[in-house]
Amino acid sequence: MTDFLDLDELAGRVDSGALLALPAEYSFVPVSFVLELIKNNIRDLHLLCVPIGGFVADLLIGSGAVAVIEAAAVSLGEFGLAPRFSAAIENGCILARDSTCPAVHTALQAAEKGVPFIPLGGLIGSDITANRDDWKIVDDPLERGGGPIVLIPAIRPDVAVFHAPIADRDGNVWVGKRRELVTMAHAAKSTLVTVEGIVEHSLLSDDMWAAGTLPSLYIDAICEVPKGAWPLGLTGYYAKDSDTLVNYARAAKTDAGFADFLKTVLL
Amino acid sequence: MKERLLIDQLARLLENPGINHVAVGAASPIPGAAALLARRVRQSGGKSPLQVSIIHGEENNPFTDGGRELFDCAGQGRIDAFFLGGAEIDGGGNINLLGTGTYPRLDKRFPGSYGSAYMYFVVPNIILFRQEHSRRVMVDKVDFISAPGTGPAGVKRTGGPKWLLTERCLMSFDANKSRFCLKSVHPGHTVEDVKDNTGFDFDIAPDCFTTPVPDSQRLAIMENEVASDIAATYPAFAARVFAVA
Repeated sequence: MTDFLDLDELAGRVDSGALLALPAEYSFVPVSFVLELIKNNIRDLHLLCVPIGGFVADLLIGSGAVAVIEAAAVSLGEFGLAPRFSAAIENGCILARDSTCPAVHTALQAAEKGVPFIPLGGLIGSDITANRDDWKIVDDPLERGGGPIVLIPAIRPDVAVFHAPIADRDGNVWVGKRRELVTMAHAAKSTLVTVEGIVEHSLLSDDMWAAGTLPSLYIDAICEVPKGAWPLGLTGYYAKDSDTLVNYARAAKTDAGFADFLKTVLL
Repeated sequence: MKERLLIDQLARLLENPGINHVAVGAASPIPGAAALLARRVRQSGGKSPLQVSIIHGEENNPFTDGGRELFDCAGQGRIDAFFLGGAEIDGGGNINLLGTGTYPRLDKRFPGSYGSAYMYFVVPNIILFRQEHSRRVMVDKVDFISAPGTGPAGVKRTGGPKWLLTERCLMSFDANKSRFCLKSVHPGHTVEDVKDNTGFDFDIAPDCFTTPVPDSQRLAIMENEVASDIAATYPAFAARVFAVA
């Protein structure tokens, strides 16, 4: 049974200290939701970026909400480096569990399958692997000449959150080809979703829709938040607001500039 | 003109008949334009088609199985060429996309390693592309190995660096020697200038030549077809370099 909640109720379902999974900016990012978490003064998050962090990761870090970040990279993309992230690392304020894109995807796939770990090729000889004491290099355990390989533990987020185009009244959510959201939801203990709008017909009644739909059995709660990805874009719906993101990239270079920016978007 | 020469050179590296599928990562307008030029040139020359998969936006992005599909596709050997950069690149082909200083308390943090630690092992023709060619970037030894240029011994590896293109030159990489070799120097630069700006030792090909500027036929394809092709992914880049409205 999926609950339909207000945004503050939805954000209230994330506790300080949670392992929170958020999607990359090529996917569907729940910006309004993250701003609500910041209003709630959330703390000590273990943030999992799937697999890359951007604007919202930088906002959470700048707000002091993050203790640990696991990501393949954190960047504002065309708008430059993520300034609060870089500053937090350079000042030793947060712990980075540096990873690589396929390791994040694969660790979630392990959780999705309910297995404790999963092998992944490559990676050996990278300083990422050298610094991950939770990863282990083993010889091909099946002794079929595969050579050394890295085992990666499953990652089971406490909460996965994303912003999708539409949901139906039964709590099914359409994500189209953004299948990493499906993997995130399968892997997570709980999934919260904001949506642009709610349709009256069932998304599971027509295969054209159903193939891109995440069924409600994975979804704990939904809130309708039009423009919930702003100032990022939502593919097929609206473009990103480049002016606001340029302003952010400039302002967030200093603590004071970041605080001023945050005030304007939290109004 | 600078961008046109780099696009032309990267495209030539993709016109090898062994390359049937090139993928281009995020925020890579010059590699993206090069892949689209190589596709047009192969088309117009009646050669085997080139699959171009651009992981940035919707245009020329064929993937429908989420963020993992690029890596799964590469892991199976379905991708023949891919581009990577580096905040630092060293003479052993090691790349650093993560930061400078001593990990984990870095002096300067960059975004991170992205998919490099995997793609470097599974894509046979990795083309390193970094415009800035200075001792700050081309270092003796990277501070952090996002992805190693060679090895380690015994590890299954079908991929690795093949080429390095910068604002000054084109180098090839020999995995057996674990060394770069200078193949051509761009117009306006010299071998001495490349040496002065490189923090690692490298070989110099006996037939090292001046990088040719793109010929009129290739320039015409670039200005006409590729300019509008790349505008679908990188409108600001197309406007700046090709004046596409």
